[in-house]
Amino acid sequence: MARAAERGLAPFRGKRAAHLLPRARLGGPMPWVIAIMVAITVLAAAGGLALSNLVVRASGDLAGSATVQIVEPDPAIRDAQVQAAAALLASDPDVSEVSVVPQDRVEQLLEPWLGTGVGDDALPVPALIDLSLYDGADAETLARLNDRLAEVAPAARIDAQSDWLAPVLTALSTLRWVSIGLIALLAFTGGAAVWLAARNALGVNRDTIEIVHLLGGSDDQIARIFQRSILLDALVGGLLGLVLGSAAVVLMAAQFAALDSGLVAGGQLRPVDWLVLATVPLFAVAIAVYTARVTVLSSLRKML
Amino acid sequence: MSEPETEIVQFDNVGLRYGTDREILSNISFTLFPGRFYFLTGASGAGKTSLLRLLYLAQRPSRGAIRMFGTDVITLPRERLPAYRRRMGVVFQDFRLVEHLSAFDNVALPLRVSGVREADLQGPVSDMLDWVGLSHRADARPATLSGGEQQRVAIARAVIGRPDMLVADEPTGNVDPEMALKLIRLFEALNRLGTTVVVATHDVHLLRKVPDSLIMRLDKGTLADPTGALRYPPRRVGAGQ
Repeated sequence: MARAAERGLAPFRGKRAAHLLPRARLGGPMPWVIAIMVAITVLAAAGGLALSNLVVRASGDLAGSATVQIVEPDPAIRDAQVQAAAALLASDPDVSEVSVVPQDRVEQLLEPWLGTGVGDDALPVPALIDLSLYDGADAETLARLNDRLAEVAPAARIDAQSDWLAPVLTALSTLRWVSIGLIALLAFTGGAAVWLAARNALGVNRDTIEIVHLLGGSDDQIARIFQRSILLDALVGGLLGLVLGSAAVVLMAAQFAALDSGLVAGGQLRPVDWLVLATVPLFAVAIAVYTARVTVLSSLRKML
Repeated sequence: MSEPETEIVQFDNVGLRYGTDREILSNISFTLFPGRFYFLTGASGAGKTSLLRLLYLAQRPSRGAIRMFGTDVITLPRERLPAYRRRMGVVFQDFRLVEHLSAFDNVALPLRVSGVREADLQGPVSDMLDWVGLSHRADARPATLSGGEQQRVAIARAVIGRPDMLVADEPTGNVDPEMALKLIRLFEALNRLGTTVVVATHDVHLLRKVPDSLIMRLDKGTLADPTGALRYPPRRVGAGQ
């Protein structure tokens, strides 16, 4: 005994004990719960980012765009007014680009509603001119252009493209906020799940914790045991969730790409968006570890 | 032996009650000095374990003052208490071994709590297990050990860190007389190295095994002082009895 006692058994180094206990599992389902949370969060975040991209791109595209409609039943008069209007617009200092939409393209756009082979005799189709403006399609510029067009093309009517897409953009923006709210809810739910698991683990390991406590283990040491445990669970679950969520995002992106819609294409995820999605598991790990720490410390403070 | 100068523990008019029940410890006042060997005796239910729980800082008293190692531990912030607990070794009456750890890891636990490196604890823990005769059971879990073996592991765990004070609650309750004597000799060896030893026991024969020991007797929650252990300077067992 004396030999053992004299062989430097008490060189307390003040370092935190790294291996007080074997890994105190917070519970078998925890990685799966975190995986599901992360997968849903990745989906919600991807949706939010896609909507955000779509709104930004569509707003940018439409902000400086306007469409001139020439509603004239007589094709000859209509064509003449189109030429006159296009020439006038091309010479206007506020207009950067003018593009007459080919009539067959207009008919193609209307085909889903009117069917094929509908001639001007049955239903006169308006002519369309797309134009881009240097400083945006504000009301003052549009009013001025409208007045100028009235002189050469009395059947012309000019509209900012943002006007007719505004409700759509508003709806998309709302959806983007919904996805942010969903992410916040998932973070809260994930934290609550970890809180319950940590309390359960504390209950199961109460005897061990008391012993370590009475042997001089600090709250911080004991909390670290649980933090290490939830860190591993959260890392495994987070990576699994990221893989599952990303796979679902890729699948959905492929489905939407097949729609071949210009509007949907605007919502495509950029590389930086994928980087943002890759941080979701890191946030999940941080939330889980912090929640476990707070829960364990709160319970330990009830002991002397 | 020169008289110690500074008390290691001082209880002053300490009382303990649970809830609104009557006090299970009343007006407990005593002083323990470094390097002494104390026995705490009393019948079952006298309050020995409760007094020891106050001593190893498992709970606070309902009233009174307690100073340990020169510090008022009643008003001490709880985050500073672990440092004081590490200066004590405790043998619990029910051993309180960690079920999922081997005998080796149970004995190593106080050193790990204190931050001793793995490489530095292998030798001391093996030596300690060897001394209590359990080196061949180092990998055994507590559930596979006999009561006596568990008790020896608990004692090894309590003394491995060479504490300033060892508190043992009925440490020889589950071992044969030969092993009981061996354990007492272990406590004496530790005591000779300067550790204050407090052993709670109801075995009166054990008291005679340590001639220089001092005796505190608990009776229905109050403390008697048959050997003058509570006074300073204390008297020896057999001196003036």
